[in-house]
Formats: sequence, structure tokens, C-alpha cells
Amino acid sequence: MIPAPFDYAAPGSLEEAFSLLEQHGDEAKILAGGHSLIPMMKLRFASPEFLIDINNIPGLSHIKEEDGYLKIGALTREAELETSEVIRAKYPIFLDATKLIADPQVRNMGTVGGNIAHGDAANDHPAVMMALRAEVVISSAEGQRTVPIDEFFYGFYMTAVQPNEILTEIRIPVPGPRTGNAYHKLERKVGDYATAGVAVQLSLDENGVCTYAGIGLTNVNPVPMRAARSEEALVGHKLDAERIELAGQYASEDCNPSSDLRGDEDYKRAVVKALTKRMINKAIERATS
Amino acid sequence: MKKQITISVNGEKHTLEVEPRELLVHVIREKLRLTGTHIGCDTTSCGACTVLLNGKSIKSCTVLAVQADGKEVSTVEGLATAEGLHPLQEGFKENHGLHCGFCTPGMLMRAKELLEHNPNPTEEEIRWGIAGNLCRCTGYNNIVKAIQYASAKMQGKETPSTEPEFV
Repeated sequence: MIPAPFDYAAPGSLEEAFSLLEQHGDEAKILAGGHSLIPMMKLRFASPEFLIDINNIPGLSHIKEEDGYLKIGALTREAELETSEVIRAKYPIFLDATKLIADPQVRNMGTVGGNIAHGDAANDHPAVMMALRAEVVISSAEGQRTVPIDEFFYGFYMTAVQPNEILTEIRIPVPGPRTGNAYHKLERKVGDYATAGVAVQLSLDENGVCTYAGIGLTNVNPVPMRAARSEEALVGHKLDAERIELAGQYASEDCNPSSDLRGDEDYKRAVVKALTKRMINKAIERATS
Repeated sequence: MKKQITISVNGEKHTLEVEPRELLVHVIREKLRLTGTHIGCDTTSCGACTVLLNGKSIKSCTVLAVQADGKEVSTVEGLATAEGLHPLQEGFKENHGLHCGFCTPGMLMRAKELLEHNPNPTEEEIRWGIAGNLCRCTGYNNIVKAIQYASAKMQGKETPSTEPEFV
């Protein structure tokens, strides 16, 4: 399978990339890791006339804590999350997630920014970023703007990124003490999209009362989804079995899975409930260890 | 519009004219005639087309040739040297790590990067490490053994028994 013809440029700066976007408008697509875009182009589901390869642009690949945020450059490869010291020490949720994203070769190419900018509710980082209440930095010739993750996803393959803009960074508020996070997705085999996935981050005070809860769901809604009622069920409470059960129940009721080859709707709701409870328990374990 | 690219393949520089839509695997196989790199599924699943791009294993059916401009590509043809087979090739031979051989070039190139990052992987790390490479013949057990054999050999350790396992 070979993509339809297109023209290609690999600019060396964001300014050049913006000017190419200006020229080509919505006929252009940004090429980062290419592991969502190129398969779609090979299947002719997508036929952009112009590809702007951003891989030669410096300053888009980093993982660092700065000004109270964990900053992840949009071009950061999934494989780089797996080996990052700061991720290993403080953000195990990314190790949970990356291990289950496709396979090692794909993770060598695929980028964190691309995983989000693709706007697919089946991708894993959107739910993780919801649990962590990330902000997305979007750049254009006019400057930068920051969009909360809850306002980023508009619909299937549609996001807040406009045709003249490029997603350049993801910012995650550095969590306080006694915080734990975890992610798991049920997949039929390596490389499959999630039957369902659940991302959880929790903070506890000295008495074990929950002060923060973030819960994101993968592939059980047309757009990446926050389990808001589950979060509310946890904040302000000690997290006993009854509370955790309630949060799991709410998540399973509030999601909107569709029946497909990965399972019917009821099955997926049951998976969401089980995974939500498990990830809450894992996050508590990590917060208190 | 064609683009001129320069890629180094197994240490040899090539300057080529390619269409932006040409896939790296097609350039490797059809323009450079290095047919050791296979096309299996053509959908980023099977790993038969795995090569190293600047030392990192990638699936060359999902990378454009223009993306490799200025980079180093390593294929299975570059593994063996005048001194003989690469320890991984020797491991696959000794351990019956292949039947039909279609997946083998991709397995070898993926295993090469795996052992560079993690010279002494556990069995579980090997299995996760080759999760992006499908084999329809061996049931994987002898491939895992082959990689363990290469790991030992490359560290100058005694190589494990090469008694093949049939499952």
C-alpha cells in the first residue's frame, strides 16, 4: 500500500513550519512520529496534499520539571518516557501506559504530542492527561496559547488545534506529596486499541482523606472522557471499599461505549468498573508507599 | 515532486531521488536491492520490515524514505562480518529459532537493539521486547532461547544449552 502523492518539506524552525501552514492551509498535515498518519495515508483514509515534517525542529523534545510543571515536548517519543529518570521516579502512570502502547518499534517513532493531537479517543495519552489535568500548549505565528485538556478534544479526530497551529508541549502540574497514579487498559493482544482503559491520579492528606482525584477513560466515549462523578465521589472522603465501589459504579454508568469486536456495551461497562476500582487501589498504594 | 535524499545503509552512502510517498522499505528492497528486509503485513503489525534507523528499531513500512534523509539505516545484510555470523544469527541457527524464516530478519534487527539497551534481559523482558514481531512457526520459545544465547555470547559468558524445544 502506497499513499496518494503529496509534497513534503522538513523545516528547521517553527517559524518556517508556520509559514508553510499559512501557504497550504488545511491541505497540509503535520508529520511527527507518523504512526497514526502514515497508516491512514496508506489506506487512503487520508490524502493530505502537503506534509510538514517537524522532526528537524529543535526544542520540541524534552521531559523536564520547571515552574511547577512537568513539561513534555510534543516530539518526545514514547520510548523516551520509558527511560526518563523523572518519569520513573514520580510519574509511574506513564510507564503503565507506554508499556501498553503498540510495540517497541512503534514507540521508537510515535510521539506524545501526536498521540494527543490525533484526537482519537482510542489513544491512551488523552485519558492519562485528563487524570493529571494537563494543559496543552498550542503555537502559531501569532504566539502561544494554553488549552486545558478538558477543552482540547472537539470530536472524532477533531481538536482545538487550528489549521495554522502546531501542538508544541504538554504541561502537567507537579503533584503534591502523597500522590499516586496508575493506568491500565484491557487489550486483546499487543498493539490493539483498548477494549477500555482507565487512568487515575489521587492525592491524600495526612489522615488519608482524598484531596484530589483525576480519572480519565480510554475508548468508551466518542471523545476522551473524564469520569467526573467518580472523582466527586472520592474527593473529601477516606477511600474505603464502599467509596471505591461507588466511583467504579459511576464510571461504568457515565461512559458511552459502543458494541464492537472488542465486546458489547455491557461487557465494556463492566470492564470500566473493574479497571476503575483496580486503578484507584493501585494509585492509593503508590501514594502511600 | 521528487526529493533527493542521502542515506547510509550498513555503512555505505547512497544518494537517491525518491517521491515523498515512497516508503523506506520499498527503497531498501527495490532501489537498493537489499531484499533481506521483508514486507509482511504492510500495516505496522508484524515487524518483518524492522530495520534500525540511527540505531533504533523501526518498522520500515510505516516510515517514509524522505524521513530517513541524512540518517543511518542498518539492515539484516549488515549483521554478519568477514569473521562470521553475528551472535544473534548464530543463536537463531543453534536454537532452531526459525522455521520458514520470513520473520527472522525483523526479529534479528529488533533483538539487536534490545540487547544494546539491555545486554542481559530476563525472559519476560525479551518477550515484551519482541512483542512487535510476529512469528507463525516457532511459537516463540526458541526465538527467546536464541536471544538468550546471543546475550550470553556477547557478554563473553558460557552459552546456554541449544537443545531445541518443540511445542
